[in-house]
Amino acid sequence: MILNKYGLNILNNDRGGNIFLSLLLALMIMVPIASLLMPENSSFHMATYMVTLLGKYLSFALLAIALDLVWGYCGILSLGHGAFFALGGYAMGMYLMRQIGDRGVYGNAELPDFMVFLNWQELPWYWLGFDMFWFAMLMVILVPGLLALVFGWLAFRSRVTGVYLSIITQALTFALMLAFFRNEMGFGGNNGLTDFKDILGFDLQSNNTRVALFLISALMLALGYLASRYIINSKLGRVVIAIRDAEDRARFIGYRVESFKLWVFVFSAVLAGIAGALYVPQVGIINPGEFSPLNSIELVVWVAVGGRGTLYGAVAGAFIVNYAKTYFTGVIPELWLFALGALFIVVTIFLPKGIVGLIAQYKTKNEKGVQHEPA
Amino acid sequence: MCISTFVNRFFAVFIVCCYSLLSSVNVLAAELDESVSFESIIPKLVTKSYQEKEIIISELSALEDVRILPVYKEMLEGKLYYAKKTNKIVFIREVSDGLAITDVVSNEDLGVVGKRELKKVKVNNKLRGMLRGEIAKLSIKSKDSMVRQAAVIELIRDLDVESIGLLRSALQVEKDEDVRELIHTALAVDDVKSDDREIRMSAVMVLKDSLYPEAKQALKKLLEKDDSGEYIEKDYKIRRAAQGALKTIESRVKVNAFAETVFFGLSLGSVLLLSAIGLAITFGVMGVINMAHGEMMMLGAYTTYIIQSLLPAYIDYSLFISIPAAFIVAGLFGIAIERGIIRFLYGRPLETLLATFGVSLILQQLVRTTISAQNVTVSTPEWMSGSLQLNPILSITYNRLYIIVFSLMVFFALLYVLKKTILGLQVRAVSQNRAMAKAMGVRSDWVDALTFGLGSGVAGIAGVALSQLTNVGPNLGQAYIIDSFMVVVFGGVGNIWGTLVGAMSLGVVNKFLEPWSGAVLAKIFVLVFIILFIQKRPRGLFPQKGRAAEH
Repeated sequence: MILNKYGLNILNNDRGGNIFLSLLLALMIMVPIASLLMPENSSFHMATYMVTLLGKYLSFALLAIALDLVWGYCGILSLGHGAFFALGGYAMGMYLMRQIGDRGVYGNAELPDFMVFLNWQELPWYWLGFDMFWFAMLMVILVPGLLALVFGWLAFRSRVTGVYLSIITQALTFALMLAFFRNEMGFGGNNGLTDFKDILGFDLQSNNTRVALFLISALMLALGYLASRYIINSKLGRVVIAIRDAEDRARFIGYRVESFKLWVFVFSAVLAGIAGALYVPQVGIINPGEFSPLNSIELVVWVAVGGRGTLYGAVAGAFIVNYAKTYFTGVIPELWLFALGALFIVVTIFLPKGIVGLIAQYKTKNEKGVQHEPA
Repeated sequence: MCISTFVNRFFAVFIVCCYSLLSSVNVLAAELDESVSFESIIPKLVTKSYQEKEIIISELSALEDVRILPVYKEMLEGKLYYAKKTNKIVFIREVSDGLAITDVVSNEDLGVVGKRELKKVKVNNKLRGMLRGEIAKLSIKSKDSMVRQAAVIELIRDLDVESIGLLRSALQVEKDEDVRELIHTALAVDDVKSDDREIRMSAVMVLKDSLYPEAKQALKKLLEKDDSGEYIEKDYKIRRAAQGALKTIESRVKVNAFAETVFFGLSLGSVLLLSAIGLAITFGVMGVINMAHGEMMMLGAYTTYIIQSLLPAYIDYSLFISIPAAFIVAGLFGIAIERGIIRFLYGRPLETLLATFGVSLILQQLVRTTISAQNVTVSTPEWMSGSLQLNPILSITYNRLYIIVFSLMVFFALLYVLKKTILGLQVRAVSQNRAMAKAMGVRSDWVDALTFGLGSGVAGIAGVALSQLTNVGPNLGQAYIIDSFMVVVFGGVGNIWGTLVGAMSLGVVNKFLEPWSGAVLAKIFVLVFIILFIQKRPRGLFPQKGRAAEH
């Protein structure tokens, strides 16, 4: 019971996680079959847009895991995780942009369209190397990781905690948004990077590529989940949880709190970057809007709705809130912000542990009932 | 270069001569049988030809009749008309059922007519320039020194033999020191072209003290070389004097530019102060993160809009109603948020942050669905528009000036409330030690609600001010929320004075960075600076001292 309360249940018996992993596996088998093997007129056939939508949700779920790791287990409420997601996305977008080659509107083999439009003569140095897939993938990991390292090192070292940290992370993503909106930055300004053609030679519009991207997203999500679970289950994870619950005590015992926090923060940022890199080829665009503080804070709500500190709760939250968003913006767009706002309030006041907490509460009630009967 | 301008001028004169010849044929014909007088010339303005009008104006100007000035002024503003039926040139005055017209020549009231019975005496740009010059020449004899000053400024722009003569004779009778100085400058601008070395030298000395761009140009001309590489000004001493004078002027221009930047910075700082000061109470004193703070400002701005649309006839005064109204509206919303949501979340700051963010989303969407998703227009009262001209290159717009004054007023009022009233005492008591304050009989939940209401109400007032500066739309608050938090954190949480210093210094720094980095980059620099600053001093510029500060 006590273990359960502090979110340590994951150590012994991650039932929720196992359910989630089996569901994910089922999806990985069903979706390709439904999309590729079923004939188009069959009622079991899955349209390409559905595959892409699911793939998008999967990348969001990975992002939610990244946030849950720092917020749910380390107590760092980052309001700027969208920035790491977007940076990963931009790194992927830059690779896809270089892949367009001379098929752009201006037909310049070397420069992307927006640079030709701005009358630039040559590729800026930070675009070099992005024509190679491995380099771009390295950057997907390195850029968000390095930013998190520098930022986290500065912040944790001077013991910026709680709401202060939340606000400066928000300022960070806000500053990045302003910067990426500038045309002079060389990242496409307002319009961002788009009009991608293919990835590793595979056509991005084709059904097969979409299904492959979906499978990769699902695989990465499963790997991300397992890695996060491994970390939480390790000794390091226990220290991190101790830091969340009593930072000073952990420090007095002799742990270097800053290093632990920093390590988790950087790992989380890398996960977020990978999520961004999975997201971009599926939606086909990345623009500075991804840096907006609202995006990062919406992400916090996914985790809060699902239930923080459980990993699989974050995944559930990401799916539920995003499905609701897709539904509302399609049917009654005016209501979406009302619903989102209400969600923030209801979850924080009535559901501090999210949906997962609600289910757990319901289950313990039942178990008690069972125990009482024979006596 | 000289030769080409000469050819150009010659050509222009030639063309004008041709035109005058052509058009003066009928004018001459008409003039043969009547003497030239105001009465005889005015009716000719009915003509459609701009060239003819030019001739008419020069004829009129030769007359020296007091009735000319008002005619020119109305004509310049496009308010001079003629009646279609009678072809009489008339002045118009708007009345409730149409336009009241008066005969320009006889000053006789011709009754009220509809707009369709009149036709405008049209002017083009060339005529406007001509009219401005003529008006300046006429108004240099005005009794009002301000009018004379404006007239000289107008004349400096385009000096010719005639206006120089005019200025010289005006100098004989001028008593006002400012106007005298201005006339001296104007004459000096002409004198540097003189053949007499002494006159040129003294002209340079006069120009040294002037900030008018014309003075600078005249000095620069002295230092130019002609096509063969020779200085136009042959005298070495004068050239050196001119160089020195230019340097003096340039450094004075720099001082003025500096003053202007500081002023802009202070006005930006006072906007920041206004938006952050409410937050300094809710966040700084109560420790509550209110992400809906920006939306409180938005509500204040929309209150201004609604009151203006309710009282369209009193735009000039509606701001004075808007200020208390915005305070009450935003304050009530604040109390409702505190009682409805924040009350349940004390001690859980991260949850408070999320819940109030939800409130901000709902309020934004509420405004979008009930009023409009687009920006609404809030008009600026008459007394806030215009600017104060301190010297020829430095002017201060009134709305910025008022914002600075207003933000300081709000600041000190709030300081008074917190330091000198019972409510303030209780607020501070609860924020320092809740349990103890309760034991002393302070109704802490009641104080919480009022404090939050106060902070939100001040945000509402900030919204009224913002409605005069920026676009009023559902996203108004979003633009300021991060800045406001930065100001509070930078200044030191729980310290109202820190907020003042933080806001003003951030504003000034921002404006100094802008010229060489651009507005967006300046903002980014400031954000990065604050992020780094918090690393160094996590509790801001002026941290709260004592046990209460250690949470």
